[in-house]
Order: sequence, then structure tokens, then C-alpha cells
Amino acid sequence: MIELYILLVLMIVGAIVTIELKDLLAAVISIGAVGMVLSIVFLIIKAPDLAITQIVVEMLCFIILLRATLKKDLPFSTTGSWLFNTFVAAGFIAIFLFVAVKAFKDLPEFGYPIMRVANIYLKEGLVKTGASNLVSSIILDFRAYDTLGEATILFTAVIGVLTIVRRIGRKKKDEIVEEDDE
Amino acid sequence: MIIYLLCLMLFCCGLYCILVKRNIIKIILGIIIAEYAVNLFFILVAYRMEGRAPILSSEVEIVNMVDPLPQALVLTSIVIGLATTTLLVAIAMRIYEKYGTFDITKIKELKG
Repeated sequence: MIELYILLVLMIVGAIVTIELKDLLAAVISIGAVGMVLSIVFLIIKAPDLAITQIVVEMLCFIILLRATLKKDLPFSTTGSWLFNTFVAAGFIAIFLFVAVKAFKDLPEFGYPIMRVANIYLKEGLVKTGASNLVSSIILDFRAYDTLGEATILFTAVIGVLTIVRRIGRKKKDEIVEEDDE
Repeated sequence: MIIYLLCLMLFCCGLYCILVKRNIIKIILGIIIAEYAVNLFFILVAYRMEGRAPILSSEVEIVNMVDPLPQALVLTSIVIGLATTTLLVAIAMRIYEKYGTFDITKIKELKG
């Protein structure tokens, strides 16, 4: 399990690099690295479906963020109550860490899940749904209403994006409507 | 236990980025990092020692599968994360078009 620790430390380093870089384009590229390492971690902890999805989503996310940040590199402002803000944020995170570590004591040990619900799915998944991949049998059969609700969120977000990026409202007669992302 | 703490550290990196940074793109990157950490935490809770992927085979009987339920939930959560990120980026680009900056301290008109 040592490789899992190494990859997680790599992810944390990538996240710190992303946060502290001044160049926006470099920050976007380094968050792409974090996402790729995350997909390798998914592969190691036996979630191949998630690894595939993560790689595809990471690429799309990278393209969209690249479209937003290209040629828009701006200096950061450090004016105002910078020190006070950092101090308050650090205090908040410290309180959060304290509470979370206390809560983690109630979790089952890593590697020994409870699986009260999942045992039924593992036993009866093939008989009841006929799918050999149990993740897809849960997504599309046992918990199909969850998936329906999440698809609703997805399409609501897409409608929101289309509403924001269209320019019909301010169009003059001789102006050509520009195509944006999505 | 240590691995949960590492995952929590990743979440705190994202949280720090959201709270302290003033560039809108940096805040969006912080949200993405926090989202990765939460997804990873669910899958870590589902892992079983010496486990196998939850895919059945006709030849050999596979015992000791990992928990498939969090994997199914996180699978849709990842795709939704992409959709919400796109929405955030679209809003950020509109703000850039209108005010010419990503810096939230310079966007005075947002305050009222």
C-alpha cells in the first residue's frame, strides 16, 4: 500500500503548487496533473470505471479552463487586509481539522468497510439485474432514481451555461453572434 | 487512518485556496481540488484489503470485492463536477468581459 501514500503526497504537492503559482496557465496545467494522479489512485484502489471517467472529465475540464485563462494573465493584488484574511482562514482550517480528526475515530479502519447495504448488491446483483459489472447494475438499476436526479442537475447546469454564454439579448442588427464554449 | 488524514490535507488545500485567494480562476481551482478530495475520500472508505474490482467473471468466483455502492455514487458526482465547473467558468468569463479583470477586490459593482 506504499504506492498509495506516495501518490497522495504527490497530489498534495500538486495542489500546493496550483495554489501558489502566480501564472494562471501554469496553475491550470498543474491541476491537470493532480487529476491524472487521482485517476491512477482510483485504478490502484480498484475502481476502474471511475479511473476512465476521471481521465475523460479531466481532459474536458482542462480544455474549458484553458479557454478561460488563455491570454488573460493578470497580476495578483496583495493590498487590503491580506494578513488578517490569511490568519482567519488558517484559524478556520485548524478548527475544521480538529473536529474532523475527532470524527475520523468513529470511522471503520481503512481496508475493512462495513458493507451492510452492499452485501445484498454483491450477492443478488447478477440474478436481479443481469449485469456483470456491479457498479453499472447499481447506477442503472438499484439506484436509478438517484441517477435520474443527478441527470437533472447535469442538464440544469448545461442550460445555465447556455443562458450565460449566449449574446442574443444585446445583439444589434448587423452584429454576428459569436460562438462560445459548449 | 493516516491515509484519511492525507485526503483531509488535500481538502484543506482546496479550502485555503477558496478562502484566501482573490483571483476568480484560483477560487474555481480550489473548488476543483476540494471536489477531488471528497470523491477520493468516498472511494477510500469503500476499499477492502486485498480487494478486487466489483466485476463478476464467469470462470472464477471472485470473493472479497470492494464496496460498489460509493463507486456508483461518485461516478455521477464526477460528471456533475464537470458541469458545475463549466458553469463557474462561464460566469467568470462573463465577469471578465464586463469588468476586464479576474480580481474580486476590483469588481466593486458586485457588492450591491
